[in-house]
Amino acid sequence: MTRIYSLAILIAGWALAAALVQSRLLPGPLTVGTTMLADLRSGELPFHMACTLGRVIISFAIAMILGIVAGYAMGRSKTADRYADPWLTVLLNMPALVTIIFAYIWIGLNETAAILAVAVNKLPNVIVIMREGARALDPELDEMARAFKFSLLTRVRHVTIPQFAPYLAACSRSGLSIVWKIVLVVELIGRPNGVGFVLGSAFSLFDMAQILSYAICFIVLMLVIEGYLVQPLERRANRWRRRPA
Amino acid sequence: MQTAGDAAPLELCIESKTYLSADGTPVEVVRGLKLRLEAGSFGALIGPSGCGKTTILRIAAGLDPDFRGEIRTPGAGRLGIVFQEPRLLPWRTVEQNIRLALPAGDSAADLTELVDILGLGSHLARYPGELSLGLARRTAIARAFAGRPDFLLLDEPFVSLDQAIADRLRDELVALTTRTRVTTLFVTHDLDEAIQLSDRLFLLCDRPTRIIAEKSLPPSRGKRDKDIVASIGDEMRRLVSQMAAG
Repeated sequence: MTRIYSLAILIAGWALAAALVQSRLLPGPLTVGTTMLADLRSGELPFHMACTLGRVIISFAIAMILGIVAGYAMGRSKTADRYADPWLTVLLNMPALVTIIFAYIWIGLNETAAILAVAVNKLPNVIVIMREGARALDPELDEMARAFKFSLLTRVRHVTIPQFAPYLAACSRSGLSIVWKIVLVVELIGRPNGVGFVLGSAFSLFDMAQILSYAICFIVLMLVIEGYLVQPLERRANRWRRRPA
Repeated sequence: MQTAGDAAPLELCIESKTYLSADGTPVEVVRGLKLRLEAGSFGALIGPSGCGKTTILRIAAGLDPDFRGEIRTPGAGRLGIVFQEPRLLPWRTVEQNIRLALPAGDSAADLTELVDILGLGSHLARYPGELSLGLARRTAIARAFAGRPDFLLLDEPFVSLDQAIADRLRDELVALTTRTRVTTLFVTHDLDEAIQLSDRLFLLCDRPTRIIAEKSLPPSRGKRDKDIVASIGDEMRRLVSQMAAG
């Protein structure tokens, strides 16, 4: 309930400010709401949201898979860690914009470049977290699994993944937020569709109503994914922990 | 269920086992250890804390291939093991923990009898974090027996339990090993416990460790009363002090 009140106060404050300023640059909730509805009806908004969401999912998946493999290798093998650590430092400190420009110049202004640029931006974050996860794997449980001759599948499913679960949750949550922010930049620079593209063209027209309506829709979508997908998965992975008394 | 006749004895022959300590100097833990345990019998390794008992057990379990020597394990190599700490998977229930140790084709096996003997019946759906140490140890023992092992290793499974619970668990262990006739090697630093449980005693010295005395005990294990345990204990202690003097 408090959340709803708090949200209502935010919207009321916005409406009040818009009424006082009376400017094109700060449209009220009603104007934004009408724009949103019109865009929803015309199919424009769902189309661009779907483009963006598709890119988010694919680049997120690529970054997670590569990051888990690389992070696991670096956490388990000292040699791999020594060799790959300088690269990781470079990747971690590379500005997102530089990666995006490189990808568009070398690969071309296409979907592959866009998705790769986003994935590369997220990758080092996954590697760093998963490396810690691999370092924290319990050697005693590993020994137990070997003594009882667990199959590889059993070992991965029942011994390794549950130990990785908190690290996976941490990097999917932090990762999702990085990915969707960078996807918009990538779309702004070099894609003919997606939320970032629309925001870019609305910016050149100073069309604040459209910018706000897309931004709000996108934030709502991300909150829904977070609340209905990421958090329940996390709770499921943690149900064995003793509840705090 | 298998009988004593159809399995080979356990033979351990560790010429030398060395490991590198944290500062890089090699430490020899075991030298010239020879052990033979008849199939279906219960052997106890007794030695002072830190003498390398756990090292020997890990080698017998095939978990540590880095030693000079030879091991021959009884039966088809189905191993059951109880570690010093229960080593349960905290994210799986008691029942899942036990079932995971079953051989691949046997994952639906009936565990009722085993679970009843160990008094785990009402705890199957709980997670290890909710169990007392005694119950966690019972779960670890159930896991070791669930796969019908033909070779069983136990590493001080009753330390830091209170006396009454430890006594009950010892009785349960005797019952289970007698029923299944599994070749068992039990590690402990408690001589009385070893005398109570086993058919054969192996006494170890400080590191680098080897067997300094062996003794077969008369039947039947688990039913020896206090006086017999005490007299065998005195005899063993005398033997050890003689060896130390000579």
